[in-house]
Amino acid sequence: MEVYAAKLGRGGQIVVNGFFLLLSACIVAPFVLIVSVSLTTEEKLYELGYSFFPRGFSTLAYEYLFQSPGVILRAYGNTVFVTLVGTLLGLLLTALIGYVISRRDYRFRSPLTVFVFIPMMFSGGLVPFYILMTQYLHLKDSLWAIVLPGLLSPFYVLIMKGFMGKIPYELVESAKMDGAGEWRIFFRLVVPLSTPALATLGLFMAFNYWNEWFNALLFINDDTKVPLQLLLVRIMNTLDFLRNNSEYIQSLGINMSQFPNESVRMALVVLVAGPMMFVFPFFQKYFVQGLTVGSLKG
Amino acid sequence: MNIANEAVPERKAAKKRAPRIRKGDRELSLLALPSVLYIFVFSYLTMFGVAIAFKNYRYDMGILGSEWVGFANFKFFFISEKAFIVTRNTVLYSLWFWVVTTLCALLVAILLNEVSRRWSKYYQTVMFLPTFVSWVVVMFLTQMFLHHDFGFVNRALQDLGLERVRWYLELSHWPAILTLAHLWKSIGFSALVYYAGIVAIDPSYYEAARIDGATRFQMARKITLPMLTPLIVILMIMAIGSMFRGDFGLHFFVPNNSPLLFNVTDIIDTFVYRALAVSGDVAMAAAVGLYQSVVGFVLVVAANYTIRKISEENSLW
Repeated sequence: MEVYAAKLGRGGQIVVNGFFLLLSACIVAPFVLIVSVSLTTEEKLYELGYSFFPRGFSTLAYEYLFQSPGVILRAYGNTVFVTLVGTLLGLLLTALIGYVISRRDYRFRSPLTVFVFIPMMFSGGLVPFYILMTQYLHLKDSLWAIVLPGLLSPFYVLIMKGFMGKIPYELVESAKMDGAGEWRIFFRLVVPLSTPALATLGLFMAFNYWNEWFNALLFINDDTKVPLQLLLVRIMNTLDFLRNNSEYIQSLGINMSQFPNESVRMALVVLVAGPMMFVFPFFQKYFVQGLTVGSLKG
Repeated sequence: MNIANEAVPERKAAKKRAPRIRKGDRELSLLALPSVLYIFVFSYLTMFGVAIAFKNYRYDMGILGSEWVGFANFKFFFISEKAFIVTRNTVLYSLWFWVVTTLCALLVAILLNEVSRRWSKYYQTVMFLPTFVSWVVVMFLTQMFLHHDFGFVNRALQDLGLERVRWYLELSHWPAILTLAHLWKSIGFSALVYYAGIVAIDPSYYEAARIDGATRFQMARKITLPMLTPLIVILMIMAIGSMFRGDFGLHFFVPNNSPLLFNVTDIIDTFVYRALAVSGDVAMAAAVGLYQSVVGFVLVVAANYTIRKISEENSLW
């Protein structure tokens, strides 16, 4: 392939690379803008609007956020909890069922496979789900309301099953000869052998949990249970309210322009999205692997 | 003689085995049990919950206690003009997004194959970044550009001596804005899928074409695109299978849930959410959700059937 790539003439190389540099710039621009705004003073913002260079550089917004970090730290804590517990439990459940239906000698293999995949085609929709969660499982205002719904996806089971199906049956057979039970075989043999699949799917799950806001939006009202993404939604709504009712706010004697609200919320966005942006490119390799596994089948 | 001798013990064995479950099967079933219970509760129980769509649901009475009302909830939805608007939006956006993203992703993937591996890695990483942020963050990013007073676009328009635009009030711009937002977030992922497809093409095709004196453009048109066609077709059929499921995050957050824009931004998913969480019209929301599920089911089955006809190994079942 290198040979094929190298055949493009020098002029062509410049054009194509130019195209990609432009495209990259377009993709990165919003991030640059948000970082820039978070570092701009409030007066300059009102004067000049959002711009790509922080004119009137100031770290006030970050200082403001770090002064009383309680809310953010708690949101971080909630998100970390949800991500860790969700990913570990989700991997366990996915691996267990994926392994069992990958075993060709398992008697209930086909009915179980059908059982797992029917939900891929038909679901009851949002309302029955909502009612199940709130009226029957009583999970409103519980972090489990964010963890539980995303634990197991038939699609991930499909990928897991495909991977585990490739583990030679002879290995399982010989472990059995040595007197290992199915539990032992699963945890001591199958799980270690499936590390690549577990890592890939784990990464996908962690990513989904980190960015989760839908279930939080539906089920979380309690201020102490708010995860990062929902915190952002709330900040947005509050500040929209303040902005749309500025006369009312002023009548209370609060001067909006003193309060670094524009830059503070952008600083908050940076703090929420930032870690993800730095961490995940390193895992991109695994994502790519996961994608190719996924695209092989569906 | 021989046949009889062989057949008898086999039948005996089968008889002996049939009623008993092997120890291994029992253990494996136990391994699967937690997941089976999970799927039963979270998927199958909600399927039974669709009964709510045919009831006048009351929280204090529960699903079983509420009174049956037949198709009244559906009627309520379908006689309103909302049914047409949200269905139209859902379907058109799904299909339109697919067309735009596919065309751009193909172009990017083909060009990505022309640059050296090292640079292509950098470009891929950059294009992948938006995949890692949530729609909530995208909502803030959109505001950076479109905010009426401070937004980058309006300030730029002002600097050029043009009128500011009230982006969050004007309907006509939103199909384009949503398309851009969707493209921005999905291009890395889609381009990668096609890029993986291109890398998998046997290099000897290109070798042969080069000996015949083909240009890069001819190679892309006569080799790359035809070789990618099966992949494109399958992804298209899958897109059709899921065209009744919109991207809630995109349509909810990017327009900042602005009621003035509902005519052009609202899709079934956001409509159901609002009916449930904002107006509290549980039964109607359930009816609309069921309508979405049923049509979605028909589309998925049809899509899978079509894929099976084209290439068996790519079908889901």
